[in-house]
Amino acid sequence: MVENVRELLKAHEGLEHEVYLDNENSTIVPKEVVDAMLPYYDRRAYGNPTLTHKPGWEAFETIMESAQKTASFLGCSALEEINFTPGETEANNLALIGSTLSMKGKGKKIVISEVEPISILNVTDILQKNGFTIMKIPVDKEGFINLERLGEVVDKETVLVSLSAVNHEIGTIEPIKEALEIVKDRNPETLFHTDASDAYGRILLSVKELNVDLATVSSYKVLGPRGIGVLYVREGVNVEKILEGQIGTQRLWPGVENTPLIVGFTKASELAFKHFEDNVGYMRGLRDRLIDGITGRVSMVNLNGPKGEKRASDNANISFLKCEGEALTIELSLKGVYVSSGSACSRRLLQPSHVLVAIGRKFDEAHGSILMKVTRYHTEEDINYVLEVIPKAVERIRSIVGSTEVKL
Amino acid sequence: MSRAPLPYNPKVLELFRNPKNLGKMDDATVTAVAGNPMCGDMITFYLKINEQEVIERASFESYGCAANIATSSVVTEMIKGMAIEEAWKVSWKNVTEAVGGLPSVKFHCGILAVGALKRAIRKYYKERSVSPEWLQREQSFEEKQALEEEELAKVLSKKMKPEEKKC
Repeated sequence: MVENVRELLKAHEGLEHEVYLDNENSTIVPKEVVDAMLPYYDRRAYGNPTLTHKPGWEAFETIMESAQKTASFLGCSALEEINFTPGETEANNLALIGSTLSMKGKGKKIVISEVEPISILNVTDILQKNGFTIMKIPVDKEGFINLERLGEVVDKETVLVSLSAVNHEIGTIEPIKEALEIVKDRNPETLFHTDASDAYGRILLSVKELNVDLATVSSYKVLGPRGIGVLYVREGVNVEKILEGQIGTQRLWPGVENTPLIVGFTKASELAFKHFEDNVGYMRGLRDRLIDGITGRVSMVNLNGPKGEKRASDNANISFLKCEGEALTIELSLKGVYVSSGSACSRRLLQPSHVLVAIGRKFDEAHGSILMKVTRYHTEEDINYVLEVIPKAVERIRSIVGSTEVKL
Repeated sequence: MSRAPLPYNPKVLELFRNPKNLGKMDDATVTAVAGNPMCGDMITFYLKINEQEVIERASFESYGCAANIATSSVVTEMIKGMAIEEAWKVSWKNVTEAVGGLPSVKFHCGILAVGALKRAIRKYYKERSVSPEWLQREQSFEEKQALEEEELAKVLSKKMKPEEKKC
């Protein structure tokens, strides 16, 4: 197996230009971030923050400072509300399972939407098996949640509502404020969680102002290191631990704190928020150059998700009709353009992207979809190169499809 | 999203980059389709069969992944010049071997390619109302699998109709 991968890598030798756009699934970690982390491995604050010695106290101070900064980026004041977890997946698990544990006896209904990330969907599957009723709010063709339906569904039995602030696949900026008002109007005791991983660093979002109870943020989605994330828990909201072990500075997550990762995440956040408007404007420019360039150069394409201001600044998701997505990702990779696809092709009869199906895309549209996310580190030249490569790649894959009828 | 880093071997990659016998055949004696767009794999097979019942040429078109393209390409190469009876004996295992192996989640791509071939052969005789002795009445493994995949897709697609999913 590894031999095959080595051969695949060999096939990429000699690439003159490479553009990594698969920032939904993993990202580069910029040098500035790595440099900020390095001293924390062997020079300072490498101790356990709960212990009584200098490296421990340094670690404690570092983690508290990081929590304070993260709190300010998230728009809350108390650092106690910031809970570091090993990532978005863990934060979402903690939010859903931990809050429903603490709401025992108050109801058995959980409301999410049809377009939530897998770490929400799969956790609700488990909760369903444990006696909860899961209601999934539908979305419209651009991925906006149906607020009317939300109002009809939330009732006295509803313990938790979890809705992403920005959709991870199609970039839809959801009306979270309105959603929250509707939920609290129907049942003030219902907890409101938002996975804000794709909102953080892309839209201005204040958890205090929104008044959400719980919010998830992921480090790698702001170009921080993988393996770290945050669950914001509003003061007064009760969430139970879901893992047992030695509790240190993080009351909801046991184990020894990973100080370098926390530092890296904080540095990445600082860089994202330092020139926030400029960063977002720059990414938006590249995003539109990419989207307009593709729709202008390639026939039979659809943009998935909304256009303009209601779309996250980094997200481009495009369906190429009569073009199979997995084949396209490989073709693009061989040319140095790295993207992911909503195709189901990696498993037998696994369904294609649930988000694209939820917005009413046909199967061939979902299978032929490509997800790209730009960062502030991309250049106009990068996008120009992608625009040069994509039409040729799509044309070749389409030539293989030929006259095969792909409508179901 | 498709996330499994599928470790395709060099032969599959080569056939993906330069597939043999690709394209529609206008003078095909028989054409067959297998697969469904729900799972993302759909193949059209074209055979040119002469009066001696020898496959003179074979070609394919594929709405599918790299494994699908590679196995289809290999099948068309294998059966070129074969008597139909001989081509019928080609199994998905032969094809998987011929591409140097596939990741297990991709076995069905090779099965589908052979399923399309066997469907084409069966259709050829049906259209001529002939049933040679060697042609088993019961569907071959590959034909059954192709059919099963198509049926399953129909069930899943009904399940996934948005109006039924609304809460």
